[in-house]
Amino acid sequence: MKYIYYSGCSLQGTALEYNVSTRAAMQALGSELVELEDWTCCGASAAEATSYLLAIVLAARNLALGERMEVGADFLIPCSACYLNLARVGEHVKQDPELLNKINEVLSEEGLSYKGGIKARHLLDVVATDFDPEDIDARVKRKLSGVRVAPYYGCQALRPYCSFDDPEQPQSMEPLIEALGAEVHPWTVGAKCCGAALMSTKKNVAIERVTGILAAARGADCIVTVCPMCQINLEGYQAKVSKTRGEALDISILYLPQLMGLALGLSEKELKLNLNLAFTDSFRAKLKTEK
Amino acid sequence: MSAQQLDLTSQAYESAASDAMASIQEKIQACMQCGTCSGSCPNASAMDYTPRQLWRLAQLGQKDEIFNSKTFYLCSACYFCTLRCPRGLPLTETIGALKRIAAAEGIEMYKSSIQFYKSFMDTVRRYGRVREMEFMNRYFLAMKNPFLPFKFASLGLKLMGKGKVSLEMPKFFGKGRLDAMFRKVEELEAKR
Repeated sequence: MKYIYYSGCSLQGTALEYNVSTRAAMQALGSELVELEDWTCCGASAAEATSYLLAIVLAARNLALGERMEVGADFLIPCSACYLNLARVGEHVKQDPELLNKINEVLSEEGLSYKGGIKARHLLDVVATDFDPEDIDARVKRKLSGVRVAPYYGCQALRPYCSFDDPEQPQSMEPLIEALGAEVHPWTVGAKCCGAALMSTKKNVAIERVTGILAAARGADCIVTVCPMCQINLEGYQAKVSKTRGEALDISILYLPQLMGLALGLSEKELKLNLNLAFTDSFRAKLKTEK
Repeated sequence: MSAQQLDLTSQAYESAASDAMASIQEKIQACMQCGTCSGSCPNASAMDYTPRQLWRLAQLGQKDEIFNSKTFYLCSACYFCTLRCPRGLPLTETIGALKRIAAAEGIEMYKSSIQFYKSFMDTVRRYGRVREMEFMNRYFLAMKNPFLPFKFASLGLKLMGKGKVSLEMPKFFGKGRLDAMFRKVEELEAKR
């Protein structure tokens, strides 16, 4: 399968390991990622808080670039916020056809036009929908037996535009985790909010969200995420949370393609696991012993 | 495209706060105060008005009450209320519309968030992409609070240890990568 790859800003910096591991895991699954040339920021949550039209056209600019490439493939987007921003353009144009004219009036400044015919999809959607767990199982080189994984979905990959999973009680990662030879940690907080950008603006509130998730992961060996914001909130404040709670809640936090990559035979280096803020020695030891 | 055509499509251009507030009032007119949004909100316990109360205030056009409360800026955009609203109202997006009014009017309580978003958009306009550290430095400079960087120091140091961020001072002059698009949006929004 071929996809137009939109990595987004976070994956150039704080989430570099998500970028590298997504490329590596998708390649190991036999997929081709075609880089979106000259891409720019999706608008994140800041554009929406500034101007509606700006938020829409920043995202639409990238869709227009993808259409211009004429490769006949969907977008593959690892970041949930980027995914939602790009997916929203198509949804809003459907509700308000006049919006398309406004978008194109602005895009003409860049010599671009958007037709509304390209699909923005999240990485999780792609790996859960386009691949049969049996095919993934066949490509597994190192079964992750005995590793207990808590699947964390977060918000914006699922809501409001979910077509590939139940946005209340998502399960799309479970067959995948089992295909890798790992066990699913049963919990009910996989779709709960991590606090998102409140970690910058209202930290104490976001810390409460993170605490609830880390506490529910007790008994798991790692949490896997599909969003750079979820990842940094869950991995970056474990010492503070543990201290406040008076119990050790530290746990390895991996991006989904990193976990997949380990099972697909890729090395820690190829998956940039050295860049994770929470990758515990006990988890590493477990990977070594469970062959 | 003619200006006349543009005037007919003012719905999305929300720079004038009173029109924007009226549009919000209209959007959530169908709210029946069931409270599903409050029950679904992960941050409701930290809010002064619950989401349900916020939407009632919006229906009544109580702008001052809304912007003196911290409810709207405690939204973390999880979209649970939008998903579950039995009336199918776009509640999370409407919070976005409230944030735009707060930004346009420079609401004092919301100042640090406004500056956060503004610094972010400044780096997007300039480079087309966000450079995380440059944007944070821009934000620190704009806030003129010498203690603010320390709030972020713990995570910042961890990230620097991983070589994920570099110290970079913002450039404030010269041509921006997305100037033309930003200018066009401003022009269209001023025309409305």
